[in-house]
Amino acid sequence: MTQAVATNQTILVVGGGISGVTAALEAAECGKDVVLVEKNPALGGRTTMLYRYFPKLCHPTCGLEINLRRIKANPRVRVLTMAEVTGIAGTRGDYTATIRIAPRYVNGNCTACGACAEAVETMVDDPFNYSLNRTKAAYLPHAMAYPLRYVLHPSIIGTPDAERAKAACKYSAIDLDMKEETIKLKAGAVIWATGWQPYDAAKIQPYGYDRFANVITSVEFERLADPRGPTGGAILRPSDGKQAKNVAFIQCAGSRDENHLRHCSRICCMASLKQTNYVRESYGEEAKSTIYYIDIRAIDRFEEFYAKVKSDPRVKFIKSKVARIAEDAKTKDVVLHGVDTEGYHRYANTHDLCVLAIGMEPSVPAERIPAEVIADSSGFIEATPEGSAIFGAGCATNALDVNRSVQSATAAALRAIQVINQVARAEA
Amino acid sequence: MADMKTAAYICRGCGIGERVDAAQMAKIAEKEGKMNLVRSHEFLCSASGVQMIRDDIEKESVTHAVIAACSRRAKTEAFHFPAIALSRASIREGVIWSQPDTPEARETTQEMADDLVRMACAEVKKMKVPAGNPDVGRNKRILVVGGGVSGMTAAVEAAKAGYEVVLVEKEARLGGWAAKLWKRVPYREPYRDPADTGIDKLAAQVQSDKRIKVHLNSTIARTGGAPGRFTVEVATESGAVAAEEVGAIIQASGFTLYDATRLTEFGYGRSPNIVDQAGLEKLAREAAAKGEPIRRPSDGGEVKTVAFVQCAGQRDATGRHLPYCSGFCCNTSIKQALYFKDANPAVDTVVIYTDLRTPGNGEDFYRSAQAKGVVFTKGKVLSVEPTDKTLTVRFQDLILNEDTAIENVDLVVLATGQVPNSGVNIDLPPEEQEKLEVKPVSILNLAYRQGKDLPQLKWGFADSHFICFPYETRRTGIYAAGPVRRPMDIAQAIEDATGAALKAIQAVENAELGRAAHPRSGDLSFPIVRLEGCTQCKRCTVECPFGAIDEDEKRYPVFNESRCRRCGTCMGACPVRVISFENYSVDTVGSQIKAVDVPDEFSEKPRILVLACENDAYPALDMAGMRRLTYSPFVRVIPVRCLGSVNTIWITDALNSGYDGVMLMGCRHGEDYQCHFVKGSELASYRMGNIDDTLKQLALETERVATYEVAITDIERVPQLINDYAAKIKEIGLSPLKGFG
Repeated sequence: MTQAVATNQTILVVGGGISGVTAALEAAECGKDVVLVEKNPALGGRTTMLYRYFPKLCHPTCGLEINLRRIKANPRVRVLTMAEVTGIAGTRGDYTATIRIAPRYVNGNCTACGACAEAVETMVDDPFNYSLNRTKAAYLPHAMAYPLRYVLHPSIIGTPDAERAKAACKYSAIDLDMKEETIKLKAGAVIWATGWQPYDAAKIQPYGYDRFANVITSVEFERLADPRGPTGGAILRPSDGKQAKNVAFIQCAGSRDENHLRHCSRICCMASLKQTNYVRESYGEEAKSTIYYIDIRAIDRFEEFYAKVKSDPRVKFIKSKVARIAEDAKTKDVVLHGVDTEGYHRYANTHDLCVLAIGMEPSVPAERIPAEVIADSSGFIEATPEGSAIFGAGCATNALDVNRSVQSATAAALRAIQVINQVARAEA
Repeated sequence: MADMKTAAYICRGCGIGERVDAAQMAKIAEKEGKMNLVRSHEFLCSASGVQMIRDDIEKESVTHAVIAACSRRAKTEAFHFPAIALSRASIREGVIWSQPDTPEARETTQEMADDLVRMACAEVKKMKVPAGNPDVGRNKRILVVGGGVSGMTAAVEAAKAGYEVVLVEKEARLGGWAAKLWKRVPYREPYRDPADTGIDKLAAQVQSDKRIKVHLNSTIARTGGAPGRFTVEVATESGAVAAEEVGAIIQASGFTLYDATRLTEFGYGRSPNIVDQAGLEKLAREAAAKGEPIRRPSDGGEVKTVAFVQCAGQRDATGRHLPYCSGFCCNTSIKQALYFKDANPAVDTVVIYTDLRTPGNGEDFYRSAQAKGVVFTKGKVLSVEPTDKTLTVRFQDLILNEDTAIENVDLVVLATGQVPNSGVNIDLPPEEQEKLEVKPVSILNLAYRQGKDLPQLKWGFADSHFICFPYETRRTGIYAAGPVRRPMDIAQAIEDATGAALKAIQAVENAELGRAAHPRSGDLSFPIVRLEGCTQCKRCTVECPFGAIDEDEKRYPVFNESRCRRCGTCMGACPVRVISFENYSVDTVGSQIKAVDVPDEFSEKPRILVLACENDAYPALDMAGMRRLTYSPFVRVIPVRCLGSVNTIWITDALNSGYDGVMLMGCRHGEDYQCHFVKGSELASYRMGNIDDTLKQLALETERVATYEVAITDIERVPQLINDYAAKIKEIGLSPLKGFG
């Protein structure tokens, strides 16, 4: 895989989440050669970690399955995982990218039989569940991981656990001598699709994310609802594992706030509306969701979904920016303090669990992209400089939902193809 | 193709060798499966195992192979042999990982493995490597319908990639709505001030591009054909008709503003000082042309106060107006308020809204307006009443929760929404079409059996239902872009049109190679019909979710292979079974069903056939295996492309051969359907609704056929469904038809 041959007619896609995968496939299905680089051990990115999508409440893994089938069937897409682009040199139509590949300690012989995981004793934080649980230090990233291949956590290398893993593998798939390597790849155009990360909730001090066990983020809540998640799909609060039936959702946690993220993250209103469904699904008439909001931004067709949630008597909307959260020392319940702007009265509301609808920031802010791009004030890629062929896609360009990320990635694929076709014409 | 030479490869790795008797499986492949070559390997996906298969293909001329190892979803790179027909028996996930590792289970586990080998051998012999469609279209020009921002962008972007474009615009000039704007909402830092529309530049770019041919004053009179070979009649106002040959189509027919005259409560039409957003743009352009401030339309008086009414006729719960939000109007009102504020900060501008929706960096634009003194009031406008020269705006203040009013308003702007120009709603029955006040005019005039325009999703928008696949319309090679797809602003329309241009390019490239489009991208198989057996029942032409099949004058089906998405719904529909794919047919599945060894009635070993959607139910079963969740050893699972492809003959054959029950597992249907072929699971459920009669004829209990909606996340539920069903079969007893098959 690391000998992947690439030319200046190759499109390099950086980031293997839904945007990168889409850009890679859409370009490859137009007949272009693509190298898709992902820093994690498996493709799929953050959409894989969502339980359901709004507004259909369908499952992201359904679309992932289709996309993975497309990848498996298309020899034009070559995938490098555990790989990061550290440098891009050259010009439009003629780039050389430097790619650092971290050791996986598991080679292509791996059949994903799981014997190494059985042998290993060390437990590590499970990144797939935002570290809400622990997993074996020899692990398959998740059930739909592609490549379907185990990973050894670097912390066990040099320990007897690593030797146990190696001994357990009948197929010589474990290679403890793997080293980090750096390769160079040619590319005519680059699609930068490194996606987003949740804003650091601990920075919103009045909400006590770092102090109160029962204040969590929306992405963590998503894992609680997922049957593949740390609780097997049960909505249990972290402090005591009690069923969280009375859940508060705080909108604009970090977003629309010049002290944190100045932009609106677009997806969080819909995400919370969706998540009230999880509470309802789990606890029926006992479920109680309260959404604290400034404006409900259920844009375009999503309005219908908002209307549906609004009609649920078990969901309450309070127009208020929550001022602070306190914790009941005995029960560990969370108490939200603020002023309801509709009628201007103060409240101190107790909930089992508080979910911060956390804002999106670029996972690689523009100044850390090893190439020149035009950035906006939040570090998203706003545009491509004249004469360059480095194109942003998906949440690297803005806070977008999945649908718009895919749209953006499809557009980026065309921009890259325009360059490749020019190169091809020039060389013909 | 050369003579068929078959081979079976049995893997003993991953515990298969320990859990089941691989030698017995090999024997079955040889004796019952009649495989010409049978080999077993301790680690088949290893380099040596793969080399062994490769050598057999090259040196032994193997053309058809069975791989009895892991699931077809695993080790796809290793077992990638595109030149031969391949069937994979899931011995790992489907047998040893889903069965308990106990001595008691050994016998039934072995039977499962043996049957899977029998099934794979039976299947592979009925398969052919798709030779590809000989009747491919090679036209690579792209037709763009609509000359607004979306259409022009699509045209320019496709041309930049080297493709020729034909652009058809019904008006006398390019530009669409954007040409009617004075300024647009800012789309780059610092997101502070209204920006130039750039529309003249874009139009000039279209007109000067040699690759783009423009038809003005023109509409589409007829569209026939398929990707790679569409023939389009372009009718000009004068009556002349030009014929264009194109390979793919982008429909960027845009929107019409919601008719403000229907908003009687807001007084539109009762005073020239009440305008919609387009009306305000017109005032702004006229004023700018004269170098004057915007004046009160009624008498040219000075404008001192302007009120913007958000969601006018939108987000309406009464059923009288638009139920949706158009997404762009909050930013547009902010922009229009700045037309006044930037010209004269003393003008009072107030935006009355319920939720202000300025996503992304629109937030900075909102801040900019606040800094410039635009007032935002959370309220619901109750009425706009003309008084002498001005207007009174009454509204419910949602913060103070009281009814209040603003008097002496010089100008009221109603933020009405976008209504898509999507043509005829082909899903509306003719009698409903008759009742429509305004008869919609078709945009594409498709000469398709299923109707003239793109199917609509909701409220007239020709959007895709898929979150992961926003461009997938139900008409292959025809893509909707811009506000006809869903409500959107200029920035999004530009991005959307660029993406649609890619999809159109992809469609022509795929069409040339005879490859399927999403979701079976790259599939070279296509439906082959034996017309001599056809009874002209029209089920295939009616049921095809993608409108791929037309009818000739004798009512025989005419397959347009490049429009086909290879779901097999036609195959499932056909009562006389004359439709098949080279690698997927009534026979490939039927022979697997018959290959299973059905124990006699005294064995107490029922056989349950599971037909599982390959995209959702089958992966869920696979992942259940990966989690070592066990299920009844009596099931025999066959993945199907879509439940829509399930032909009822499979079910009657299974029951006649002594199976005790049939489970169909497909995707959710109904409003939030998840079927990736749109209608497949729904049609299957409808067909199964009729199977009760068949069961009665066979004197069988109706429980013997059961349909389930299964999602890919149902990893724990699927084994449970199977076990519950197996218990149910035990309860009602084994099939009385055993031994008669």
